Amino acid sequence: MIVKRDKLTFWERLYLPALVGGFQVTWRHFSRTLFRGKAVTMEYPEQKWVVPPGYRGAPYLVKDQEDRTKCVSCQLCEFVCPPKAIRITPPGPTGAPGSGNVEKGPKEFEINMLRCIFCGFCQEVCPEEAIFLMKDYSLTGTNRQEMIYNKEKLLSLGGIHQDKIQKWKHKADEAKAQDVFPVPPAK
Amino acid sequence: MHLPPLISLAAWLPDLGHDGNFALLSLIKIVGVVAVLLTMVAYAVLVERKVSAFIQDRVGPNRVALPLIGNIPVLGPFLTRLGIWQPIADGVKSFLKEDFTPNHVRKIYFWLAPAVTMIPAFLTVAVIPFGSNLNGEKMVLADLDVGILYTFGIVSLGVYGIVLAGYAANSKYPFLGGIRSSAQMISYEIAMGLSVIPVFMLVGNLNLSSVISYQADGNWIVFRQPIAFLVFLVAAFAETNRLPFDMPESETELVGGYNTEYSSMKFALFFMGEYANMITSSAMMVTLFWGGWTLPFGGFSEPATTLAGGLAHIGIFLGKVIVFMVFFIWVRWMLPRFRYDQLMDLGWRRFLPLTLANLFVTAVIMWLQAH
Ligand code: SF4
Ligand code: SF4
Repeated sequence: MIVKRDKLTFWERLYLPALVGGFQVTWRHFSRTLFRGKAVTMEYPEQKWVVPPGYRGAPYLVKDQEDRTKCVSCQLCEFVCPPKAIRITPPGPTGAPGSGNVEKGPKEFEINMLRCIFCGFCQEVCPEEAIFLMKDYSLTGTNRQEMIYNKEKLLSLGGIHQDKIQKWKHKADEAKAQDVFPVPPAK
Repeated sequence: MHLPPLISLAAWLPDLGHDGNFALLSLIKIVGVVAVLLTMVAYAVLVERKVSAFIQDRVGPNRVALPLIGNIPVLGPFLTRLGIWQPIADGVKSFLKEDFTPNHVRKIYFWLAPAVTMIPAFLTVAVIPFGSNLNGEKMVLADLDVGILYTFGIVSLGVYGIVLAGYAANSKYPFLGGIRSSAQMISYEIAMGLSVIPVFMLVGNLNLSSVISYQADGNWIVFRQPIAFLVFLVAAFAETNRLPFDMPESETELVGGYNTEYSSMKFALFFMGEYANMITSSAMMVTLFWGGWTLPFGGFSEPATTLAGGLAHIGIFLGKVIVFMVFFIWVRWMLPRFRYDQLMDLGWRRFLPLTLANLFVTAVIMWLQAH
């Protein structure tokens, strides 16, 4: 293809208009940045980026409103995780002591943050809504071991999930109701 | 304020005789000039980074803090934000980096090239009068009667470093950079050389000190020879490989050109050489066209008789050089690179005739005035 180029006028060929124009543009930016502090730079550790909703940050475990670990060691997330970043140690036949009525809460739950690709599959697959991708995007550590987050750390970082359905609360209520004798007459 | 002449410094030294005194004073001057030049190189890099940052809406280097000074309440953080300590960090970094020599390079030339680039840049400073006098001592390292010839001789050596680097690297991009550089330098050396001839026709002498005394009282040559100045300015951009004529480097086409294979301190030498060249070019322009250390007002036209006056002259000279440095830097972030053929076209088909015409016209006018 032949691009048709307009002949430059004498004025344009002098190169002066380009010089003046260039100086105007650069001076505008220069003075705006220097004198009015309009730099676009975000100076990271002091100024932090505001994460938009739906952002996929680090995956953490959550507790429900009654301070119970929601995870039930179904290991679906471990299975689905593409880079195999999750390792779950289930409680075994005896169950984990102190896991409340969530009898299969994991004995250990580790996510290797160096492997995790923040794909969100674990959150997607979890039947218990026990794992969520939060807004942390800058995970740091001084060695590899430090970057493997264990259950305790994941739970403390994840915090409490304000669950509307509260499946286990209802289950507990039902169980309690069954324990009451004689069965109260149906209203 | 009249201080005893600096010679008295020698009073507590063993008597060195005339030659000994000369050697000692020259040594002091050389150390001073090189120290100032290196500091200016370091801070020119900082100014470059800051100016480019501001032009591109960024903030530039503002993190390097010194332990003690950084803790002074207001001043410390302010200096840190200015990036004042950045050159120190840069220097330390280039010393600590691995000095890598690729296997395929031609070793001797590879080692030689950075030095060959750096040395001419420093040698040209020798003839530039950077002040009138201090304690009766002329503020120029070598008051040569062939000043400008010496400068041109040395400046044209600078290209060898780049050509050598391009050849030594033994790979295509540096080689292209080296070729371009030699073509560019040769073309613009001619325009540059021809552009200053009218200056010396006016002055009637090749000594740079007499160029300055000719320009005393605001009789700056730039007002008499604006075309010569413009050509010299553009040629200086080409000679120092600065945008819009940075063909030998042109990062976008040649991945850095002649210095692609270099790392660590060797790369830093090229880098410093470029800035030192800018400083010497600025100093040349100030000396040849903008009155050197003189100012038309405030009685700064005559060589100083006092210490303060001498220092003021040095200050004036440095101030003018800094203005040109900022100009060099600003232009880099303002103009896009010329195409190679445009560069050649400009050098040979525009500037050569222009300078010849300028030379001719000047000669005719001088002849008419003489009769
Ligand atoms: S976000 Fe993806 S990669 Fe990370 S733990 Fe969950 S499933 Fe694995
Ligand atoms: S986090 Fe969810 S998917 Fe993973 S093991 Fe626990 S309950 Fe199952």
